[in-house]
Amino acid sequence: MKPAPFAFCAPDDLAGVLDALAEHGEEGRILAGGQSLVPLMNLRLVRPEMLISINRCDDLDYLRLEDRHLVCGARVRQAEAEESELVQRECPLLAMALPHVGGQANRNRGTVCGSLAHGDPLAELAAAALALDGEMRIAAKGGGRTVAAAEFFLDGLSTALRPGEVLQAVAFQRQGATERSAFLEMGNRKHGFAVAAVAVRLGLNEGHCEFARIAMLGAGETARRIGAAEDILAGSRLDEAAIGAAVAAAREAVQPPGDLHADAPFRRHVLATLLGRALEQITGGGAP
Amino acid sequence: MSEKVEVTLTVNGRKRSGLAEPRMLLADFLRHELGLRGAHIGCEHGVCGACTILIEGRTARSCLHFAVAVDGAVIDTVEGMAGPDALHPIQEAFHRNHALQCGYCTSGFLLTTLEFLRRNPDPDEGAIRRALTNNLCRCTGYSNIVKAVADAAAAMREAE
Repeated sequence: MKPAPFAFCAPDDLAGVLDALAEHGEEGRILAGGQSLVPLMNLRLVRPEMLISINRCDDLDYLRLEDRHLVCGARVRQAEAEESELVQRECPLLAMALPHVGGQANRNRGTVCGSLAHGDPLAELAAAALALDGEMRIAAKGGGRTVAAAEFFLDGLSTALRPGEVLQAVAFQRQGATERSAFLEMGNRKHGFAVAAVAVRLGLNEGHCEFARIAMLGAGETARRIGAAEDILAGSRLDEAAIGAAVAAAREAVQPPGDLHADAPFRRHVLATLLGRALEQITGGGAP
Repeated sequence: MSEKVEVTLTVNGRKRSGLAEPRMLLADFLRHELGLRGAHIGCEHGVCGACTILIEGRTARSCLHFAVAVDGAVIDTVEGMAGPDALHPIQEAFHRNHALQCGYCTSGFLLTTLEFLRRNPDPDEGAIRRALTNNLCRCTGYSNIVKAVADAAAAMREAE
């Protein structure tokens, strides 16, 4: 199928993008790498009147460190992030999640922020953003705002972004030397959509778990954190009992959708199994 | 809204221009405006890999890009792979290993392999299979394609 007709503009910088967004309101749609949007346009499930490309915005092409964050601008392609030493060093969890996104050809073009703004319920980067306490930095003409990842993903393909706004960057929390993380995914094919995935990030201190972040895909209508399991691990010694209790709590807390690829009970089973494996991977089978 | 605009690309080392309305897919622009029919149209939503080309040296789905959105880009297609006198070693290896029947998916596999072997000159079978997982072939099964990629890698290492 071919997309429905639309008008196109490609401003040179963020200010130009914001002007175009302000002018076109709800009819304007941002084009970044297009790896999620263009298939929907080709199938005519989405028919924007005005496509505003950010691909010429050099001012959105940066990966840089702030005091507590690794900040990824809106034009950074997933493959660039995946290959970045900065990402591997500062946010290993993000580096673990990225290879699961689409295929190489998709990651070469798709952007980190584009995937987040699209809000697919099975997007690996959404789980990574949740587990890394991501800050979504949103720009709009007349003033921007920052939304925590935990408040950003509202429902399948639905985010906190409003008409006239663009996700200009995402800030991931830098992982300290005492943190350990894991990202595990299960799918019917290596390159296809995930059936379920788990992103885990633990802060360790002398055998204790100081804090835990557990984000899951396939556990609800959108990527979500599993607070009940996080609460059990935080403050624990990460022994067999704590891990068993956290897995049991997650099994209770998830609300997996059922579809052609996996029914709900199977997803629940897979999510609990993946969480157990991720925790085992981090603790090496015993308390760290 | 559907007014055509001029799009200029550097395709296989040569500057090429044509007219495209905004909704024209890069795959259609290459095929119908520039007459380069090596990128094939399969699924038109990024699943099959038959339209794979290189944008700025990296694989991309030409059905998931609008020509206007890549104006000015450097594009490589299967037409640019062979030299004036001989096929590219990857093409030779596909030929030698019977890695195609109808050929519809082949250009996508060739360009995917080109990018893959640049980064992984000595891959094992598992790595080859993972690299090809995003391209579909409905004729041969994948065994001969996997063999061809390993063979191409060996031939290219030897030629170094």
